Amino acid sequence: MVKEEQGIKLTPEQTKRRRSRSVAIAVVLAALVALFYVVTIVKLGPGVIDRPL
Amino acid sequence: MSLVERQDTIGQNTAVWDGGMGSVSDYVALLKPRVMSLVIFTAFVGLMLAPGSVHPVLGAVAILCIAIGAGASGALNMWYDADIDEIMSRTRKRPIPAGKITRDEALAFGITLSIGSIVTLGLLVNWFAGAFLAFTIFFYVIIYTMWLKRSTPQNIVIGGAAGAFPPMVGWASVTGGVSLESFVLFLIIFMWTPPHFWALALFKSGDYRAAGVPMLPVVAGETSTRHHILAYSLLLAPIGIAPYFLGFATPVYGIASAALGLAFVALAVDVWRKREGDEARKACVRLFKFSIFYLFLLFALLLGESLIVGA
Repeated sequence: MVKEEQGIKLTPEQTKRRRSRSVAIAVVLAALVALFYVVTIVKLGPGVIDRPL
Repeated sequence: MSLVERQDTIGQNTAVWDGGMGSVSDYVALLKPRVMSLVIFTAFVGLMLAPGSVHPVLGAVAILCIAIGAGASGALNMWYDADIDEIMSRTRKRPIPAGKITRDEALAFGITLSIGSIVTLGLLVNWFAGAFLAFTIFFYVIIYTMWLKRSTPQNIVIGGAAGAFPPMVGWASVTGGVSLESFVLFLIIFMWTPPHFWALALFKSGDYRAAGVPMLPVVAGETSTRHHILAYSLLLAPIGIAPYFLGFATPVYGIASAALGLAFVALAVDVWRKREGDEARKACVRLFKFSIFYLFLLFALLLGESLIVGA
C-alpha cells in the first residue's frame, strides 16, 4: 500500500512559479560558470595551459 | 514563512504555505531596477574615469557585481521596511506588501546576492573593491535602513552616502584604491541626495507622516525643509564644478556644470519662494525631476569626455 505523503502541499500556481524560478536559477548558474571560465582565460591568458608539470 | 494546518478531503492533515508565489519578475522588482540603473551608470563613470586600464571583461564583471550588490541592498531594504512600504502609496505595490514574496524569501534572496556579489568582485577583480562593496551594502542596510531611516530627519543626509559610493567602487575596481577624484564623484552624489529627496518628501510628506518616517518636512516642517533644500543646493552647485577645477574635466564640463548648478539653485529658490498651494507643489516636482536630469547630465558629460579624451 502506498502511504499518502504528508507535509506542505503546493498549489498548482505555486508549482508553476517554482518551476519558472528554477529555470531562472539554472540560467544564472550557467551564466556564472561561463563568466568564471572567461575570466580565468582573461586573467591567465595562454598561461592557463602552459604550466610546469 | 507561515504554514496553515488544514484537513483535506480524506481527513489527512496537510500544511498550506503562503510563500512560493513570487515570479521571476517579482524577484527582479525586489532589486529596485530603477535605483540599480543609476548605480550602474555612476559606477561605470567611476570605472571609466579611473587612471590606468582594466580588461573590458573584468570591467563588465565589476559593474555587474556592483549592480547586483545594489540590488541586494534594495531587497534587504524591502525586507526590513515591509511594514512601512504597506502604508505608503509610492511603495504599496512592491512585491512584499503586494503579497507576492514573503519577508523571509526577500531576506534570503538579499543575503545570497550580497555575499555572491562581494565574493565575485573580490575574487575576479580585487578585494579592495569587494570590501568597499560590502561596506556599501552594510551602510545602506544597517546604517541607513535599520538605524537612521526611522530615527532621525538627517536619515537621507547620512544614508545618502550609500548611494554615493558606487562611483568610488567602480574607481577602486580599476585602481585598487580611492583618490581625491573619486571622492569628488562621491561628494557630488552625496550633496545631491538631500535636495533631491526633500523635494520628493515635500510633495509626498503625507505618505511619510502616515508611515511614521521622520523625514524633514514631517519633523521640522515644510519651511525648514525649504531652507535646507536651498542651503544644500548652494553647496552642491560649486561641488558639481569641482572636477574641472581639479583637472579631470575639460572647460566644456566646467561651463556646463556651472550652468546646470545655477539652474538647480534657481529651481531651489523657486521651491523656497512658493510655499502654498498648487504652485508650491509644482515647484517641488520641477526640482525633483530636474535633479535627476542634473545628476545624469554631469556624469554623462564626465563619461563623454573620458571617452573622447581617452580615445
